[in-house]
Amino acid sequence: MYVYDEFDRTFVKERVNDFRGQVKRRLAGELTEDEFKPLRLMNGVYLQLHAYMLRIAIPYGTLSSKQLRMLGHVARKYDKGYGHFTTRQNIQFNWIKLEELPDAMADLASVGMHGLQTSGNCIRNITTDHFAAVAPDEIEDPRVWGEIIRQWSTLHPEFTFLPRKFKIAISAAKADRAAIRVHDIGLRLYENEAGEHGFEVMVGGGLGRTPFLGKTIREFLPKRDLLSYLEAVLRVYNQFGRRDNIYKARIKILVHEIGAEAFSKEVEAEWAQIKSGPLALDTITVADIVSRFQYPAYEALKDETEALESAKRDKQFETWYENSVAPHNQPGYAVVTVSLKPEGAPPGDATAEQMEKIAGLADRFSFGEIRVSHVQNLVLPHVAQRDLPELWRSLDALGVATPNVNLISDIISCPGLDYCSLANARSIPIAQGLTRRFRDLEKQRDLGPIHINIDGCINSCGHHHIGNIGILGVEKNGEEVYQIKLGGRSDSKAQLGELLGPAVPAGEIIDVVENIIDVYVELRKNPHERFVNVVHRVGLEPFKERIYAAH
Amino acid sequence: MTSPLQQKFKVNGPVVVTANRTTDGIVIYRTANGWSAKIEDAAVAMTSTVALALLKDAHADSVYAIGSYVAPVEISESKEIVPGNLREKIRQAGPTFELPVSG
Ligand code: SF4
Repeated sequence: MYVYDEFDRTFVKERVNDFRGQVKRRLAGELTEDEFKPLRLMNGVYLQLHAYMLRIAIPYGTLSSKQLRMLGHVARKYDKGYGHFTTRQNIQFNWIKLEELPDAMADLASVGMHGLQTSGNCIRNITTDHFAAVAPDEIEDPRVWGEIIRQWSTLHPEFTFLPRKFKIAISAAKADRAAIRVHDIGLRLYENEAGEHGFEVMVGGGLGRTPFLGKTIREFLPKRDLLSYLEAVLRVYNQFGRRDNIYKARIKILVHEIGAEAFSKEVEAEWAQIKSGPLALDTITVADIVSRFQYPAYEALKDETEALESAKRDKQFETWYENSVAPHNQPGYAVVTVSLKPEGAPPGDATAEQMEKIAGLADRFSFGEIRVSHVQNLVLPHVAQRDLPELWRSLDALGVATPNVNLISDIISCPGLDYCSLANARSIPIAQGLTRRFRDLEKQRDLGPIHINIDGCINSCGHHHIGNIGILGVEKNGEEVYQIKLGGRSDSKAQLGELLGPAVPAGEIIDVVENIIDVYVELRKNPHERFVNVVHRVGLEPFKERIYAAH
Repeated sequence: MTSPLQQKFKVNGPVVVTANRTTDGIVIYRTANGWSAKIEDAAVAMTSTVALALLKDAHADSVYAIGSYVAPVEISESKEIVPGNLREKIRQAGPTFELPVSG
């Protein structure tokens, strides 16, 4: 967990006070909406269909139990009793009143939370692996580097008015759990052949209207050069990125238009001039940041094979254990995913009660720490294996122990037309319909890992381009219709999905997905061949035939 | 950006002027002389001249209301005003599924 220093705390409090004054002036008519809008956006306040929406950053997806409890309190006191965890490791409240927003923000600031850098053309909240610092396949804690970037980028004078928003993701593990290839900059921290740690730098990934995977512009960047190199990338973008056309303003378009090689050359030239300047990281600065991350005082435990074996005699526990518990880098510990995807519920929503109780469970079983994953689930990262049966019973009682992690009902969905003012079609009801259709957990396990992603418009907050099955809602003559993409993936073999064919009406989309799954089951060589691998092996034809033949 | 008042629009059927209320963001409708949270109170325009006049009044009240615009409605057989498309239905009635309930 990262502990804010005095500067950050004071800064956040001052911003709340500023905002209180701005709201007052807006309500008194001293500020017009045009004047007020950029101020509220800067604080993470959007206007949606039904109300203001408040987006709160959760840096690196790491929350303390105190913070999660506070989110529950805000949901209860200022909202309708729930919040929505997003694919950017943020939380959104959907029903906040402007007149109460300053109070809600003051409550959040008391636990170091805020909505700064969750909107606008700045470097956004940096995202990373939700298993950071506990995953056995990781070489070091990527959040340290996220924090170094955050401190450099927060209110950086040159970068507060970029051509467009800018998203950075970092992973330090073999498995990519942070979808780094679809960010403006993706950083993969790894060990080279000489045994040194450094970053592979990928630039120009992104989804939306023109999706691209990031291209590697530097194979290995020593850690000390991280900031100077990023500064060079941002300068090149700031200089050449297009400001005349919002659809062409992201760095991905620039990289695509001039080519990764030319872009890399520009960056290297810029970098050569600043490389040994003040941005070069010295070990003291890094050590200072590391010292502000608190790590649990783990007990010296042994892996609990026997106790777990006997607990597994309860089949329900065993199923959950096999599905939702991942290995930890400390013996005797485990990483638990808390599913926010129960059958028929909006993906990623958690009630105030769930937040408060999960915070309590984190205190008892996970050193007071919780993570938010970009898959819209929560994670208890430090659970002693001996506590797993008891934790499972508590989670189950709260309705957050559905053993469907990474299965077909673990759907990522954006809020869509039920909330979002930019949407063309609904997404949550599609997710709900699919989880109902595939409610049989045994069947889900038989199908193996399948990622479905749903979006209500081309902005792609729900990442439909990289879903194994990606669903995009569009509007046609006043009706909701849905396009389907197959074969996308966001892991270390990241790939964009391919369009299956014409969009299908809302009333048919659930059946169509079921047909796609039937084709997969017929064509897989064995029960272990994953859905996405079958799609890549056989191509789209067999799926097209089944879906469109009848039409 | 052109101001919404300069935008040309055609009215092919009944329309109302709607916005969000500044204090809390809820959906409101322009009435003959003010605002209401209930669509049944809305002033219905059948011509672009009337719609434009409503919109002008709405914009003049930019402290109370945000983002006023003209939205289609339908008049049901029982003479009720109902939203004219899915987006407006959702704005009026809320999300189309049950909201999570906290204990
Ligand atoms: S993808 Fe579109 S509809 Fe969905 S939340 Fe993003 S902007 Fe809204």
